[in-house]
Amino acid sequence: MAYALQQLINGLTLGAVYGLIAIGYTMVYGIIGMINFAHGDIFMVSAFIAVTAFTLLAAFDITSLPLAITAVLIVAIFFTSAYGWAVERMAYRPLRGSTRLAPLISAIGMSIFLQNMVQLTQGARVKPIPPVIEGGIVLWTTPDFTVQIAWTQILIILVTVVLMVAFTWLITQTSFGRQQRACEQDSTMTALLGINVDRTISLTFMLGAALAAVAGVMVTVYYGVVDFYIGFVAGIKAFTAAVLGGIGSLPGAMLGGLLIGLIESFWAAYLSAEYKDVATFAILILVLMFRPSGLLGRPEVEKV
Amino acid sequence: MSAATLLSVENLTMRFGGLTAIDDLSLSVPAGKITAIIGPNGAGKTTFFNCLTGFYKPTTGSVRLAHPKRGEMRLETMTGHRVARDAQVVRTFQNIRLFPKMTVLENLIVAQHNRLQDASRFSIAGLFSLPGYRKAEVEALKTAVHWLDRLGLTGIADTAAGDLPYGTQRRIEIARALCVDPVLLCLDEPAAGLNPRESAELNTLLLSLCREEGIAILLIEHDMSVVMNVSDHICVLNYGRKIAEGTPLEIRNDPQVIKAYLGEDDESEPATLIGGNA
Amino acid sequence: MSAVIVARHARTPTERFKDAAWVAFVALLLGIPMVGMTTVDQGGALVVTTRFGVLAAFVAASFAGRFAFRWVMDQYRTRRDAKSTTVKVDRTAKVVQVLGWGILGVALFLPAMYSDNRYVVDTATTVLIYVMLGWGLNVVVGLAGLLDLGYVAFYAVGAYTYALLFTHFGWTFWEALPAAGAMAATFGILLGYPILRLRGDYLAIVTLGFGEIIRVILVNWTELSNGPNGIGSIPRPTLFGLPFERNPAEGEQSFATFFGLEFSGMHRIIFLYYLILVLALLTNLFVSRLRKLPVGRAWEALREDEIACKAMGMNVTNVKLSAFAIGAMLGGFAGVFFAARQGFISPESFTFSESAIILAIVVLGGMGSQMGVVLAALVLVLLPELGRNFAEYRMLLFGTAMVLIMVWKPSGLLSSREPTIRLAKASAMGGQK
Repeated sequence: MAYALQQLINGLTLGAVYGLIAIGYTMVYGIIGMINFAHGDIFMVSAFIAVTAFTLLAAFDITSLPLAITAVLIVAIFFTSAYGWAVERMAYRPLRGSTRLAPLISAIGMSIFLQNMVQLTQGARVKPIPPVIEGGIVLWTTPDFTVQIAWTQILIILVTVVLMVAFTWLITQTSFGRQQRACEQDSTMTALLGINVDRTISLTFMLGAALAAVAGVMVTVYYGVVDFYIGFVAGIKAFTAAVLGGIGSLPGAMLGGLLIGLIESFWAAYLSAEYKDVATFAILILVLMFRPSGLLGRPEVEKV
Repeated sequence: MSAATLLSVENLTMRFGGLTAIDDLSLSVPAGKITAIIGPNGAGKTTFFNCLTGFYKPTTGSVRLAHPKRGEMRLETMTGHRVARDAQVVRTFQNIRLFPKMTVLENLIVAQHNRLQDASRFSIAGLFSLPGYRKAEVEALKTAVHWLDRLGLTGIADTAAGDLPYGTQRRIEIARALCVDPVLLCLDEPAAGLNPRESAELNTLLLSLCREEGIAILLIEHDMSVVMNVSDHICVLNYGRKIAEGTPLEIRNDPQVIKAYLGEDDESEPATLIGGNA
Repeated sequence: MSAVIVARHARTPTERFKDAAWVAFVALLLGIPMVGMTTVDQGGALVVTTRFGVLAAFVAASFAGRFAFRWVMDQYRTRRDAKSTTVKVDRTAKVVQVLGWGILGVALFLPAMYSDNRYVVDTATTVLIYVMLGWGLNVVVGLAGLLDLGYVAFYAVGAYTYALLFTHFGWTFWEALPAAGAMAATFGILLGYPILRLRGDYLAIVTLGFGEIIRVILVNWTELSNGPNGIGSIPRPTLFGLPFERNPAEGEQSFATFFGLEFSGMHRIIFLYYLILVLALLTNLFVSRLRKLPVGRAWEALREDEIACKAMGMNVTNVKLSAFAIGAMLGGFAGVFFAARQGFISPESFTFSESAIILAIVVLGGMGSQMGVVLAALVLVLLPELGRNFAEYRMLLFGTAMVLIMVWKPSGLLSSREPTIRLAKASAMGGQK
């Protein structure tokens, strides 16, 4: 029981991170209908930026935790958004209106490029940083197991909740949100109404990248190590989460992320750690077979 | 109306969630004649076609086809491709669905897929070009050439279908459907987007298909110049229900029909309601 | 729609300067965290080191590169506009044919020209493996239009089938080849059946999932696959029973002794090259022939419009499964060859990036184009080879090439489609009306 509770906490933390990345996939898919394959690598870039930023802060002896984390978040969001913007501008925008496969290939190319660029400039080895926040709250002690929620886990869940609220407000209440949703429904009509579709798409990429940046910082804080390969795995999991929740749906992405996180940690804890990725994909396949529009997606009626 | 009944629809109902697109519809389509289904936009005409041709499974009701060779068939129980393959009920689409990158001839050959695929014996006879397959291939080509000639498409047989003008694409779609060797040909707004001359040609074509080849035609159409000139029988739908049925003359004077089209206020003449289904 | 509108007039120097300055600014922004700084391990703790010199060079290079690129593009455009009156005749089909025979000729005589250069023949063999894989995947993606991101799974199934059949039952290459093809095709059908209802992008992600599942199983099911350590000492194929060994077993002949040649390691390399060439050519013949059969036309029709296919009475599921099975089978054949050539296989050879490369070859080549696959495989395998002196830049170049080719030619290098039948020719062959 205690063990299960611990897995629940771990799963929720992991799920929050997947959810943050999944939103980037879902938004981009919603607005231009493509799988932004490089999104996982954008997340990876942000983790590396976070490592550099934390190390720099340590060098300048900035030890105040809230200050350090805020500073790192701002730096990471800034630079990662720039990457998100640049990727869209260079690799996807020229391909708008061409076949459906062309941007996908370009995105895979971008993903390979980013991975190798980071490997070249930052080194192929795993980067460990000293723990940023230590300790946690002991929730429950049984004779053979102690359930603990680490401060980092609280931080991750809190930040995710705050971001989700802010994000929902942004999409549903602001003028940008309306433009964004309008582009999703019909970009040609939106353009005819005098809305700058290119700008809206760019902003969508930057927003997605910003959320991935937060996820990157959180992962760095949580695990304390990053390497250039984390983007691929996390990206695939997050995309799975987006599909699971119903692609195009923001709450769906978050829900999908949480589910994937929970499935993964429970599967690893009770069944087999080696096959946790198999579990994720197997569940994805089952969901798609029986509910192709995902959990919260709108069902599509085949238009004839 | 002396002709035998080819298709009889009984108590057909189709619901999507709370929306009833077709409501307890019964009608019959005579063999060897042209039957038109008309009605305002959203009356459930295309949904009716989708129920006939296996794209939707009707909520309740039955669709019986008296197949001249294979006896009675229940279309509502057959899925997707089986309606076209086994019952030979073939349709076209309101928004043309050709294979745009393939040539016109290829489109017509693909329509004969089942016969050719059987002859190719899991592609093995085909791979080695055995006589049985070669014969089937020549047959298929003959059929295609026949319909190409008949619809005046021979000159563009080797052009990609998607590169051709709209009116021509409509004709290609009909030719392709004819290659399936239909018992009942269902045309969904074949005159939409055609100019008056092309519409007139369509009339001639439909009449000759029906009179000379004996193919029964079921037609959804807004263009009254087509409907009134070719139909033997017209059935009017509104809000998923049949509100009138009869010969063109009867329909033209039916008060129910006039009301359905014009509403209470006079907005437009029925005869000018052409195409443009959203 | 919302495509970028490119100014038609040649830019003034000021405009070009501003444009390049903007690009340099972006380069600076992107460069600061990645190029300008890095963390290095110093006595167990990370320390940030700066490389502002490199960053400055990077920014300057971006500026100069953009400036030069714009200038060249403007020059090109003005010149093209000047002679745009000339009527362009589409000779692609002819050019492709000539190119095809040319490449085939080179391929046939390549080992003769480089009989002492192991590197060249090896690289050519690699290109041919990718060509064969590309032709196999082309059936699924290019012809049938089913987006498959897990093709490498079938390649792995082929390779492991051979490796296991050999280690457990002592099967030779030639015995295992058909078995592995059948095995891969079975996998194709088994994996394909439940998911073929799915729309394009969902199909993509699920196939990606399958690819990963197979890899994870290979890594973890140690009893079957020997896990990450892989399976070694897989025998090389023989030429009608003649092995390519220095010291053949007692009382047996080897290739060298049979033909009275002095033993040379190159014999085997060249033999492997010709073997994959033959396999690839057979694949090409097979697929080209299938394309003109009902099943092939059905694949293309499916790619064009699935609903119309149903309305024509086509059993769409069977058509999709046949594409999946045949694509998988060809991937399986290539896998057997791969295992035999390497003599050693491990799950590491069958990662997602391999699937991505094969898919890239198909799409870059121009969906459905057989010749396009050859060109794309040549470009994608050889281009990074050019940079092999800087081995670490290989994959960087690869990714860049993928993006640039797509941006330059979104529909692929060769995008024109050759009809499977022509009325004039067909009638001449006996289909008189």
